[in-house]
Amino acid sequence: MNLVNIKNQFPIFSKKINNKDLIYLDSSNSSQKPKLVIDRLNSFYSNEFSNVGRSVHALAVAATNNYENTRVSVQKYLNAKYKEEIVFTKGATEAINLVASTYGQKYLKEGDEVLITELEHHSNYVPWHYLRNLKKVKIQFAEIDENGDISLESIKKKINSNTKIICITHISNVTGAVLPVKEITELAHSKKIPVLVDGCQGAPHLKLDMQDLDCDFYAISCHKMYGPTGLGILYAKKKWLEELPPYQGGGGMIKEVKKHNITFAELPNKYEAGTMQTAEVVAFDQSIKFIQSLGIENIMKHENELMNYALDVLKKNNSVKIIGNPKKKGAAISFTIEGIHPHDIATILDEDGVAIRAGHHCCQILHEKLGIHATARASLGVYNTKDDIDQLNSSINKCQKIFDLK
Amino acid sequence: MNLKELYQEIILDHGKNPRNLRKTENFNKEATGYNPLCGDKVHIYLKLNENKKVEDISFEGSGCAISMASASIMTDLIRGRNENEVNEIVKDFLYMIKEKPELSSKNLKDDEKTKLMCLSGVKQYPMRVKCATLSWHTLTSAIDNSKKEVNTEKLD
Repeated sequence: MNLVNIKNQFPIFSKKINNKDLIYLDSSNSSQKPKLVIDRLNSFYSNEFSNVGRSVHALAVAATNNYENTRVSVQKYLNAKYKEEIVFTKGATEAINLVASTYGQKYLKEGDEVLITELEHHSNYVPWHYLRNLKKVKIQFAEIDENGDISLESIKKKINSNTKIICITHISNVTGAVLPVKEITELAHSKKIPVLVDGCQGAPHLKLDMQDLDCDFYAISCHKMYGPTGLGILYAKKKWLEELPPYQGGGGMIKEVKKHNITFAELPNKYEAGTMQTAEVVAFDQSIKFIQSLGIENIMKHENELMNYALDVLKKNNSVKIIGNPKKKGAAISFTIEGIHPHDIATILDEDGVAIRAGHHCCQILHEKLGIHATARASLGVYNTKDDIDQLNSSINKCQKIFDLK
Repeated sequence: MNLKELYQEIILDHGKNPRNLRKTENFNKEATGYNPLCGDKVHIYLKLNENKKVEDISFEGSGCAISMASASIMTDLIRGRNENEVNEIVKDFLYMIKEKPELSSKNLKDDEKTKLMCLSGVKQYPMRVKCATLSWHTLTSAIDNSKKEVNTEKLD
């Protein structure tokens, strides 16, 4: 598989940023979009647009079929057992809020504990925080080790008889640590505790098999998977979606509405209230096709080689301090440079067309633990190359020159 | 865009060796400023005498070169001035950073204006304007005795 010319499939790479070629190293934040996806949004709006699931006219029928086709594509891609286990949301954030809200409402009471980790980004902490006030629920944090890893042991340490759900990221968006989610799920299930996996960073970079992973919930951010913004996916085991109450109320999610009683629609409509992101769902089918056309194994191999190359190059650069040294690392490298604040690094790199993120990456708990306010982060996508990493390194050297550190 | 205009020598100097980075003893006014985008925090301490003149001003915090240099240069300039002068200078500086090409304060000498104008390079970097203005807004909050934390996301 030739992954060299992948940039050609992404129109944005033909643009100049500050008169330079774009070196996009911010895919953990959001990935760029292939032409296939952009064209599909355009063609759907231009030629095929209709709302789905309501009207009986020809456009509505075709749009509904397209929308539901994506659900089946996602089901197959994730190897979920049923297509009803795929719920479209406005993002991974909403997917996690959906679970926190409905599971919290039905199953959690005072003294119960939600177990998360110190690696979680705000989307997998703040939704659970609400339950502290609403239900007097406690939140426990499994602690990272000196490498920035979460081990099975660190999870085990925090499980007790009050633990009612475990919510863990698949890959840290800061240290890049890949968590042993399958082992954690096995452990949790042996204690009858359900598991939610935040797949924001996992889904774009790893081969997924829901039946093998066996987690109860898996949250996906489509815009990090070469797909449109405003769209996420909640995979949830059918029994949970049947047992849990609806999340938002509105059109499309009801069976029958009376003045004194309302009954709800069957799955998955029960969780898709209101007009959905029709065009985005339809276009996301092309994102899946894009990934499948390259092959996720090839993508993983390419990104893994690139990660090792980047680590090699940056470790040789004496002023760069890489944050975390996890056993298995994917997606992102966070770093600091002694004497230069990450925001200054990001501004100087931007001048060279190198787009990175600086800040706390929505992970203030982790940064507090590490004792740093902010880091600079270079994150990878399928389109990145070794040349991109070389440019990153030479722009980092420019930072040092400007700050007169070399 | 021009990085040399943003990272002028005086900014790098103040950024690396910030003046007045300490806590004023017996301060009688203080305020905290916060930039949720980057997590940077600044705390300003003021000691005003009975004539409302700044006897001492200092700051604590950490941040990028721009925010540290801005707080450092600001605290140097503010010491010894009375409250009205301080308010006027803050207003003039914030106006300059956002829209005006030059400073026009009668309370600033030419060399002081030159020093402050070094921060005007952020105008070309809209995402960095808040780095330069955080300590100034926090100073206003300290003078006003406002207990509310300054939050850059809630400012114009």
